[in-house]
Amino acid sequence: MSLSIEEVKKIAKLARIELTADEEKRHASTISTVLDFVNTLNEVNTDGVEPTAQVTGLEDVVREDLVVNSKIKKELLNQMPQVSVGLLKVPAVFGDSEDII
Amino acid sequence: MKLNELTIKEAQEGLRNKKFTSVELTKACLDRIKERNVELNAFITVCEETALKEAQNADEMLVEGKIFPLTGIPFAVKDAICTAGVRSTGAAKVLDNYIPPYDATVIKKIREQGGVLLGKNNCDAFGHGASNENSMYGPVKNPINLDKVAGGSSGGSAAAVADNMCIFAIAEDTGGSIRQPASFCGIVGMRPSYGRNSRFGIMPMASSFDTVGPMTKTVEDMAIVMQEIAGKDALDATTVPDLVPTYNDEMKKDLTGLRVGVPQEYFEAEGMDSEVRDVVEKQIKNLEKRGAEIIYLSMPLTKYAIAVYYVLVPSEVSSNFGRLDGIRYGMRADAKDLFDVYSKSRASGFPEEVKRRILIGTYALSSGYYEAYYKKAQQVRTLICRDFDRVFSDVDVLVTPTSPFAAFGLGEKSADPLQLYLADIFVSPAASAGIPAISVPAGETKSGLPIGLQIMGPKLSEGLIMSVANNIKK
Repeated sequence: MSLSIEEVKKIAKLARIELTADEEKRHASTISTVLDFVNTLNEVNTDGVEPTAQVTGLEDVVREDLVVNSKIKKELLNQMPQVSVGLLKVPAVFGDSEDII
Repeated sequence: MKLNELTIKEAQEGLRNKKFTSVELTKACLDRIKERNVELNAFITVCEETALKEAQNADEMLVEGKIFPLTGIPFAVKDAICTAGVRSTGAAKVLDNYIPPYDATVIKKIREQGGVLLGKNNCDAFGHGASNENSMYGPVKNPINLDKVAGGSSGGSAAAVADNMCIFAIAEDTGGSIRQPASFCGIVGMRPSYGRNSRFGIMPMASSFDTVGPMTKTVEDMAIVMQEIAGKDALDATTVPDLVPTYNDEMKKDLTGLRVGVPQEYFEAEGMDSEVRDVVEKQIKNLEKRGAEIIYLSMPLTKYAIAVYYVLVPSEVSSNFGRLDGIRYGMRADAKDLFDVYSKSRASGFPEEVKRRILIGTYALSSGYYEAYYKKAQQVRTLICRDFDRVFSDVDVLVTPTSPFAAFGLGEKSADPLQLYLADIFVSPAASAGIPAISVPAGETKSGLPIGLQIMGPKLSEGLIMSVANNIKK
């Protein structure tokens, strides 16, 4: 099957990855090849077969809901791209693009 | 023999008998890294200063009698595994300056007993690749032949162990990332059962496939490291509660009466190198001479494992990689609105292959395609698991080549992603089923390239597959 440039643009937008025109072309071609290949799965009869999501065999693993002080606030703040008065600074989520704290 | 060439076992003896100190051992490794890393590119970060300090501490522990199996032993860690206070990039620019505030559980276990962290190994970015050419820090070269790839994704770790830049390494195997480079570089590498070792602190790639395992010079060393890192972890709910056996005892068991299965599909793959086949077949004859019973069998779903892998893994990747968005940590692109921050940070922070996998996964999970791709692949995964269950009722282990061919040339497959995906044809089935598999050096090609042999066993049979690996002599 063949993935169109338009479809690549659509999934790139969903995935939040800006692509150049060249990249769009390359991904359309290579992803089409990969999809052709994975379509060989249709040769396998899976009628009535349960899907496998995990292989541990474990179920309902729980732990006590305890508050633990990980004591790494400073280190976490150090990793943030932008910090203002001890808080993470991000661009505006709603409305115009003025920064908010 | 130079100190950096020692195995863990030999280094332990030397340290305990005061033949040398951990500082001397660490210096020998650091010297080797200095001498060779410019050419091999096996390390992204080298921790010279802190390594020497950690070695000094280890020497004090040894004097005080606080001696654990890995006290004073210098090791290296794949860069997709978090190390407290040491830059961990995952070989992608999006985390170029990322310094984790904590150690992955397996690393914590080693560092707490005085293991000496030498540095962080190059790899395919976030583990996406089979040749180490998808690193944003350049490819790793194979120490045995500089024109060849080291394999991937844990190519830097494999090269570092093979070239004696460290005594052992800790890496990660999602679909073959420990075993395939181990076979290309001529060392021992094991993917443990899913859930045997904690994944806490591993940069997640595909959470239902990811495992953490050692890369070592000998099978005996593999048993030593596994003993120290295996077990349940409260921070990883998928770790299994089963007791960790004494691997050093299990590893030494002989082969009398062992039923060794040989699945024909692993010897007939497209592009199969006859030299690889001959070496592995010869080793199977040797196992028979040592008392094993050889049973030839068929596993017809083998060829679908790669297709399953390249639906499910990109799907899990597309979800897991949502966190790498330039907001809370890592590189944030200069952009005014939020959408652009995401899309530009991810555009410049990821290499092409990471983008490709996120896109494939986004497509496979998108409305209208979920049943055709994701669910279908999950169903075939069930059948692959059943195929292993079926054969493991007749045989104890399976023996196959690790890869259809020895290390290929740099650039040889990089233009065609599907060709690279297919390089993992023999290593991805075990990953789908979550069973343990080890690659051990079995011989070499006429041109001197290492050939690896893979042993797979039922869940939690790490000790058993190590005992078979221990009987493979080059």
